[in-house]
Amino acid sequence: MTKHIQLPISDQDAAGLRAGDYVYLSGILFTARDAAHKRMQETLERGEDLPIKLEHNLLYYMGPSPAREGRPIGSAGPTTSSRMDKYTPDLMDLGLKGMIGKGKRSPAVKEALIRNKGVYFAAVGGAGALLSKAILSSEVIAYEDLGTEAIRKLEVKEFPVIVVMDSEGNDLYETAVKEYSCDEK
Amino acid sequence: MRTIEVSKVTEALKEMCFEANHYLSGDMKKALETACDREASPIGKQVLDQLKENLVIAGKDRIPICQDTGMAVVFIKIGQQVQFIGGDLEEAIHEGIRQGYVDGFLRKSVVGDPLIRENTKDNTPAVIHYSIVPGDQVSLTLAPKGFGSENMSRIFMLKPAEGIEGVKEAVLTAVKDAGPNACPPMVVGVGIGGTFEKCALMAKEALTRPVDERSSIPYIREMEEELLEKINRSGIGPGGLGGTTTALAVNINTYATHIAGLPVAINICCHVNRHALRVL
Repeated sequence: MTKHIQLPISDQDAAGLRAGDYVYLSGILFTARDAAHKRMQETLERGEDLPIKLEHNLLYYMGPSPAREGRPIGSAGPTTSSRMDKYTPDLMDLGLKGMIGKGKRSPAVKEALIRNKGVYFAAVGGAGALLSKAILSSEVIAYEDLGTEAIRKLEVKEFPVIVVMDSEGNDLYETAVKEYSCDEK
Repeated sequence: MRTIEVSKVTEALKEMCFEANHYLSGDMKKALETACDREASPIGKQVLDQLKENLVIAGKDRIPICQDTGMAVVFIKIGQQVQFIGGDLEEAIHEGIRQGYVDGFLRKSVVGDPLIRENTKDNTPAVIHYSIVPGDQVSLTLAPKGFGSENMSRIFMLKPAEGIEGVKEAVLTAVKDAGPNACPPMVVGVGIGGTFEKCALMAKEALTRPVDERSSIPYIREMEEELLEKINRSGIGPGGLGGTTTALAVNINTYATHIAGLPVAINICCHVNRHALRVL
């Protein structure tokens, strides 16, 4: 099913998505990858506030290449999500509604998706030039010293993703691969 | 004796950084197109279409094919009749990468220390593999390596008794474990034999062989073809979202080894299997 969703994402929209849905996202989202997650975790451990509001927001696991003159951003495709697995359940319990990345997630992340009625999207890995065309603006809002790993606020329009894991525990990576596997069924 | 200014090496590498990160080689483009025509899954086909469109945009608008413009791996083959002048060759190589990444709007993805993890901000140092060959030419291959797929690479120290079946199983295990994380369709570089480090290096170098060129050793060529077919029957598919295109090629390099060992290394590369070549 193809859906068009406005960000920040509503509880209803997030809970209504199913693994396999094609989704075009428009609105505001935030980027964070390895080093930014580590810092956010340390911030929470010190009992301080995070630099971004998590409620109803999505995190895009992405560190862009530098923007050429006149462009909002350089190449901007997803990085491997599993490196963030350690941090994701805590962030979801604090209100984070979903993530965009690529690749498998841990059982703990799947449980957090069910518990918080969240959603995990995949963008096409290695299509960073194409994906950059759906990004209208980019602004570093925290951890600027981390360079490409800083937290950025992005405005996107019709950003193409596919739902891989939903709030009912479905996992497209498992089901779709089984469908096309010629190994013992 | 032929003399070569090290600044020529810097200049060449700077250009190669831009080239490799914005244009795929003809064999890779053709392999993606063939895969797109043959893909059985509608989602898989859509992913492959996006990858083809991505390549067009990258070249036309000068946006890197992938935001992970990699750690720069440089293979330099130096003719034994060449003398480098005008500076330190190794520093000239790093300088080429520095200029290529800083001036070329490429991402700086290198941390100076693996545990302290501070970004060097110019993508240096490169990883350099030197070899001395006959002649008076210098051949440079730049292979920027992304880490989504690098992280899924494996090394197995098999027992000789495990034989060819053990090798095949090792390759299939690595590919299946990599799954969607390695941005399939992948190119699978395999090294068999040598020592621990030699087989890893062979796996890396195998990735620089064109995907439409098979091994010159008949039984290895057969194994490359058989493994590619088996990998494409795994169902992983483009983007790991299911389908019949999981790999574009399996390239295997081999070397002599010890009576007690059978090392196998599998270096996985995503569909952005980049390399640029120059001969000086």
